[in-house]
Amino acid sequence: MSGSASEATPPAAPANLRELFFAFNRLSLQGFGGVLPVAQRELVERKRWLDKQQFVEMLAVSQVLPGPNVVNLALMFGDRCFGVRGAMTALAGMMLAPLVIVLLLTVLYGQYSHHPLVSGALRGMGAVAAGLVISTALKLLPTLRRNPMGRWLALGFSALTFVTTALLRWPLVWVVIGLGSLAMALAWHRLARAEPPQ
Amino acid sequence: MTGAELFGLFGHFLLLSLLAVGGAITTAPDMHRYLVTEQHWLNDAQFTSSIAIAQAAPGPNVLFVAVLGWNAAGPLGAFATTAGILLPSTVLSLWATRWGSQRRETRFVRSFTNGLTPLTLGLLLATGWVLAEPYVRVPQYRWGALGLIAITVLVMVRTKASPMWLVALGALAGVLGLV
Repeated sequence: MSGSASEATPPAAPANLRELFFAFNRLSLQGFGGVLPVAQRELVERKRWLDKQQFVEMLAVSQVLPGPNVVNLALMFGDRCFGVRGAMTALAGMMLAPLVIVLLLTVLYGQYSHHPLVSGALRGMGAVAAGLVISTALKLLPTLRRNPMGRWLALGFSALTFVTTALLRWPLVWVVIGLGSLAMALAWHRLARAEPPQ
Repeated sequence: MTGAELFGLFGHFLLLSLLAVGGAITTAPDMHRYLVTEQHWLNDAQFTSSIAIAQAAPGPNVLFVAVLGWNAAGPLGAFATTAGILLPSTVLSLWATRWGSQRRETRFVRSFTNGLTPLTLGLLLATGWVLAEPYVRVPQYRWGALGLIAITVLVMVRTKASPMWLVALGALAGVLGLV
């Protein structure tokens, strides 16, 4: 977000915290199976609070940071508009109503879970949920081609992560500390070779 | 669940928050290991249906964490897991965006990003595996579930259709007894 992109005034901005809250409330409630596509449509195309470039840059940062991506995006956008108060407002707008809805569904499901139609529907949605996650991974795999480690080494790290977490069920913390630092060290080494010293 | 166990639940999700590079869903395999395999607070079917309920509702995917907490320990459990997964990453996110946005091109930030991307993708695939496994293991559901997964992947990769329609298709296929 360095350079001119962040200094250029966005085409418009939320007038106050209330407008920010309801904007995130609205986009979140439209997000079945993921909020990100709706966020792009609302913030960039409808409200024009961000241009495409700003949205993509924010998304990139929100994906690098730990935590739920779209929540990070809301925090960053709110912070940019109204500081910490804005960040909390955007977060609340995005989380509160859907949280109530999902917990109501959970309670309802608990009462009807033995009904074959309900458990059948949940089974079907569960399989689709698995497919959605897998397809996200498949869509992002080509980005490894541009990884400074090189495509094959990067794919190797992906495969090792899959085997250790999905098949061997190692605790994630050790996988991230072990494989993660090795991968970061390799990336650092390759970048150092490719770049003139800073 | 005892107070100490509840605190343990909260602590585990605090830790997962900081490990969730690439989204909360990438920590699902570890949540499964902790909640199902280690602590036995949920069984396989409850774990997967928790995520399916969150998919069926609007809002950020991270809400599946609240459902897991609710199913493991009621309202307090939902509070423990949701607050746990949000707190550290929120604080870090607010601090790091201000710090990192000025240093996006430095070698440190770039090796951090590029080093963790392959892990993120491996974790996404692991999550898909953990979600699909309970169905695929049961012969009765195996082929229906694999079929739905294949259709979902094809539609998502080839078209710009909203995931909402696929979730609805999955529900319909389940009601008709195809899965």
